[in-house]
Amino acid sequence: MHGRPRKAYKPEEEAASASKAVKLRSLQTQFMSNHHNKIYTKEAIDLSTKLLEINPEAYTAWNYRKLAVEDTLSREESNQDLVKSILDEELKVVESALRQNFKSYGAWHHRKWVLSKGHSSVGNELRLLDKFQSLDSRNFHAWNYRRFVVELTNRSKQDELKYTEDMISKDFSNYSAWHNRSVLLSSFLARKAEGFMPNEKIPEEYKLVHDAIFTDEDDQSGWFYHLWLLDQTVNVETPLLTSSWPSHGSRINLSGGAGCLNDSASSKLTTFCSESGSFPLILYFDQAVSGVSSSTVAVDSELRGNEDLVWEPVSNKNSRVSCVWVARLNYMSSEPCFPKEYKVKVRIGNSPGIVSSRGCNFSTPYEFVFTAHVHDTVREDSQEVIVSWTDGFDIWDAQSKDLNFLVNLDQQMGLKWRQEAIEEEIELFRALSDSKIGKLTLARLLMAKAMISENGVKGVHYEEILELYSDLMVLDSSHYRYYKDEHSVALLHKVTSSTESLSRYLFQYRDINNSICLRLNNLSLSRIDSVGKLLFVQMLDLSHNELHSTEGLEAMQLISCLNLSHNRIRSFSALDSLRHFKQLLVLDVSHNNIGEHSVDTTRYLCSSPLSNSEWTEDEVGRQMTSLVTKYWDAYFVLRDLDLKQLDIAGNVIAGDEFSSFVPQVVPKLVWLDGQKLRS
Amino acid sequence: MSDLPPYPPLDPTTYDLIIVGTGVPSPILAAAASSSGSSSVLHLDPNPFYGSHSASLSLPDLTSFLHSNSLSPPSPPPPSDTPDFLSVDLATRSLYSSVEIATFDSSILDERHSRKFNVDLCGPRVLFCADESINLMLRSGSNNYVEFKSVDASFVGDSSGELRSVPDSRAAIFKDKSLGLMEKKQLMKFFKLVQAHLAASSTERDEGVVKIAEEDMESPFVEFLAKMPLPPKIKSIILYGIAMVDYDQDNVEACGDLLKTKEGIARLALYITSIGRFSNALGALIYPIYGQGELPQAFCRRAAVKGCIYVLRMPITALLLDKASESVVVETGGYKGVRLATGQEIFSQKLILDPCITVGSESMSTLTDQQKETLRVLVPKSISSEGKIARGICIIRGSVKADISNALVVYPPKSLFPEQLAAIRVLQLGSGLAVCPADMHVLYFSTVCENDDQGKAALLSAMSTLIKPQVPENLQSDSAVENDTAEAAKPVVLWRALYVQAMVKGEFGGSISSAASPDGNLNYNEMVESAVKLYEQLMGSEELFKEETSLDNTTEEENDGGVEIEA
Repeated sequence: MHGRPRKAYKPEEEAASASKAVKLRSLQTQFMSNHHNKIYTKEAIDLSTKLLEINPEAYTAWNYRKLAVEDTLSREESNQDLVKSILDEELKVVESALRQNFKSYGAWHHRKWVLSKGHSSVGNELRLLDKFQSLDSRNFHAWNYRRFVVELTNRSKQDELKYTEDMISKDFSNYSAWHNRSVLLSSFLARKAEGFMPNEKIPEEYKLVHDAIFTDEDDQSGWFYHLWLLDQTVNVETPLLTSSWPSHGSRINLSGGAGCLNDSASSKLTTFCSESGSFPLILYFDQAVSGVSSSTVAVDSELRGNEDLVWEPVSNKNSRVSCVWVARLNYMSSEPCFPKEYKVKVRIGNSPGIVSSRGCNFSTPYEFVFTAHVHDTVREDSQEVIVSWTDGFDIWDAQSKDLNFLVNLDQQMGLKWRQEAIEEEIELFRALSDSKIGKLTLARLLMAKAMISENGVKGVHYEEILELYSDLMVLDSSHYRYYKDEHSVALLHKVTSSTESLSRYLFQYRDINNSICLRLNNLSLSRIDSVGKLLFVQMLDLSHNELHSTEGLEAMQLISCLNLSHNRIRSFSALDSLRHFKQLLVLDVSHNNIGEHSVDTTRYLCSSPLSNSEWTEDEVGRQMTSLVTKYWDAYFVLRDLDLKQLDIAGNVIAGDEFSSFVPQVVPKLVWLDGQKLRS
Repeated sequence: MSDLPPYPPLDPTTYDLIIVGTGVPSPILAAAASSSGSSSVLHLDPNPFYGSHSASLSLPDLTSFLHSNSLSPPSPPPPSDTPDFLSVDLATRSLYSSVEIATFDSSILDERHSRKFNVDLCGPRVLFCADESINLMLRSGSNNYVEFKSVDASFVGDSSGELRSVPDSRAAIFKDKSLGLMEKKQLMKFFKLVQAHLAASSTERDEGVVKIAEEDMESPFVEFLAKMPLPPKIKSIILYGIAMVDYDQDNVEACGDLLKTKEGIARLALYITSIGRFSNALGALIYPIYGQGELPQAFCRRAAVKGCIYVLRMPITALLLDKASESVVVETGGYKGVRLATGQEIFSQKLILDPCITVGSESMSTLTDQQKETLRVLVPKSISSEGKIARGICIIRGSVKADISNALVVYPPKSLFPEQLAAIRVLQLGSGLAVCPADMHVLYFSTVCENDDQGKAALLSAMSTLIKPQVPENLQSDSAVENDTAEAAKPVVLWRALYVQAMVKGEFGGSISSAASPDGNLNYNEMVESAVKLYEQLMGSEELFKEETSLDNTTEEENDGGVEIEA
């Protein structure tokens, strides 16, 4: 029961409890001996009944009863009456145990087990539940069992929905009721059942939860339901392609070699050079999907050697599910390649197979086309150039037309009711924005509006969102990190919301051929987001932020120069996502806290020496076992990269020993902490 | 009196206390005095039923009671002195005026119906679950003789005929369809403030608790509500629908009684603590099954168990005073006893009389100053100065609100017509409470008023808003019939009574005291308070029902929706 203060025991109560314990211990001993000796006589079973009456938490006793029942059933299976009476007896024992403690996991579980045998009538179960739920309407065990019984009895989901409404009317401070409502509605909404079209039902549900929140904004249960509704409003069930690189209608320049073409500034954005003679084709979905393959994605082009494209998920977890999928297209195969323009057509979802982690199919086929201009000029190796990051940046006076192609048209569907619903919510919740949860909800709503706005910037109040999160960081310091992250997400959303805004962060870097660099430095970012709009970036400056990890960055497959200096990275494990960067040549992680913690436990479980034994077999591993053991997390990240320049100074890990270790793991390295390694 | 079967003479003939009249609060006094163990009590009532002015009666009995009481009493025979005592003849004044009874459907008086009615004389009246009267019942043990049911809903109405439910709890605010979201927020915030204030008041600690400022507590409640800030609509619901205020609080000149915040909060506290006091009560209000008359009867039964002697149909005709005025014992002020209608003389230390019993001025003229002082409380005062209550009863077919049987409706001042001075309260009760036949409801109306016409006009206005008028079968009613579609859905009136009741305050007068008449409130609290005060004056500082705490454990019975109150 809720809200009942614990009372101190009186002496006579303590004495009673002590005598109960004595009795219980003797019962327990006898019971265990029966259990070990597999004695399933009536007396033995009665003993376990007695034990469970006193202590419904005796799990072993419940399991013993299961064994005893199975034992009898195996011998007397044909005697239907006996079977039924045995199972009815079990139900009775459970009921009396629940009277003792209606929150006994073992007892509820045993009841489920008995019912799943299929010999008992389920009709009584709802009546029993009504009794327990009137005792405590928030008893989640009862709610959980209720869902089980409803499945068994085929009771209509509509009736159950009505039941949640009744319970909420009696007392809306009931998480279980709201939760059950969300579970039931989810299934109705997913099926688009009659009367449950999301565009009609969700606004209705908003009205219901408004009554709860406005009546008592201090009660959390309504806010939780509201958050669920917001999620239903913003998220489209079917996965959508958010962006790609190259994007639809774009023209990219491809050349060999690590350097870059000396071209006009505006085409810098679209020029890609690679020693390997291949370029990544990146698909960015709005949610994690599986099943991207050459059969679900068709790529038509005259570029040779791309008959069997291999699609790989870009994900830190070792799974085949990801928002980002990459295939590498060859443009310089072994055969001579002629400078020429090649049209590439990509068709996604023509045949089924792309499925979201929630089980929804990518249902609307989508097609995009781009042109690849292959140059034959192979630039000479520019490895001698050191990227300093400090100067050499010029403001890039890009015209917004240069960037227009970067903004992808989202494949959104059914936006209108969603936008209207969010708009109404924003109006309402401005009235509650004097509380913390009110501020947070308003910020989430404004952010949701930004996410589903068709024309990025129009009517979106980024400044207001940022201000709300700044306020929250001060007001509610115990959740500072969360607000900080959300602040970063909003800020990056703002930066990428329009070409005008994005171009303010784009610079030309003189030292490498006036390459275009995205400088998101000094923004106190703690989290990376909105990368779908930044797939084109090859040079990225994230220095002087508050990043703890590079998680989320992995989609930016074109990055060759990355500055992460002056952040809060505490280990190489937090840089794990960099392993996906096949193009990365220059990495600056100086002035972080690397080495302070070997594993960034707060972020994710990454590869560890225990799960990867293969390193002992590779060459470096064998030669320097002790150093690899010591710097295993650095080793796992660095060995996958072909870095030419690395800056690591200003970290705990940096030192002579580490400096001698790095060149052996990264043989191609030329510059380490500003020092040239070989001439 | 001629049809009375002859009573055997009463024995014993001497008591500590004689009480005449069984209307609340007298039975409480009888039960308390009997339970104290030190007093012998004789409880008399001239009527053939328990309850006097707070009885529940059948329609014919109710009619005759109202009429008999409104007739001017027969002029008493001249004082006749017995050999031993000076006898002062008593008169009965009527508490009721302007009695008007109309029958629109005579079948209602049929034999098959008439015994199914238990109609209250002092309605509308309910109990709040946290009322002091409930506490007294529990302490006295009289709760064993009466069972209650919840009043299902309360509404605030206006001239449009629409009834808005009173959002009186968190769940009710949540469910309310007529309040805007911001109004819900404001109202709940106010309730929380009141609850925090009450919680803070009940603990001694002072630091860090939310309390309503001291200066606010002394300011008018209506100003405090405006300061909160609560919009007028909600202010009106709180004042008249929850705090049950009578007079228009926004009109300082016309308002007979401007409520202070302190009192307003106390009334809200009563309401709030009432909700949920008894697990099987739905809301704040409960009503006794078989009618209000069950309450005085329950206390009478308790008193009888404790040794009090009851005689009904026994009027008293005269007071007996000591003849020798010089040798008067100071405590009794010369009072000796009473003469019953049977002629028997019964003696007591003290006497409490029904509020309608008086001494005519002509009887007083011959008395000494000392004797006049003794009879002081029996001298009728001008009733108008003490206020009047217009009451109405309608038996209707149908209900004022679909699907709801037992409900309270309040019409705040000015809600029905601009000149409406005071709130009008309406209580609908159904057959579930065993007060009327199954397809009918009893409606009780009341409002405080300055004069009969004003009070009756107000009640008629409320009646016409709730009920469809009917062509009268007799000519006592002159209401016009309108053929209106909106009217068609309203319930039909079958029988109606209108009357104005005078309010008489209880008064302690040494050896002879007068009990209070029913008041204009919705509950019994003020009447109970007067009983407690009178008891303290009669018995010294002795506490009511001190030894009677939780004597017998009430057997738990599963009954359909009944509320058994338990300590």
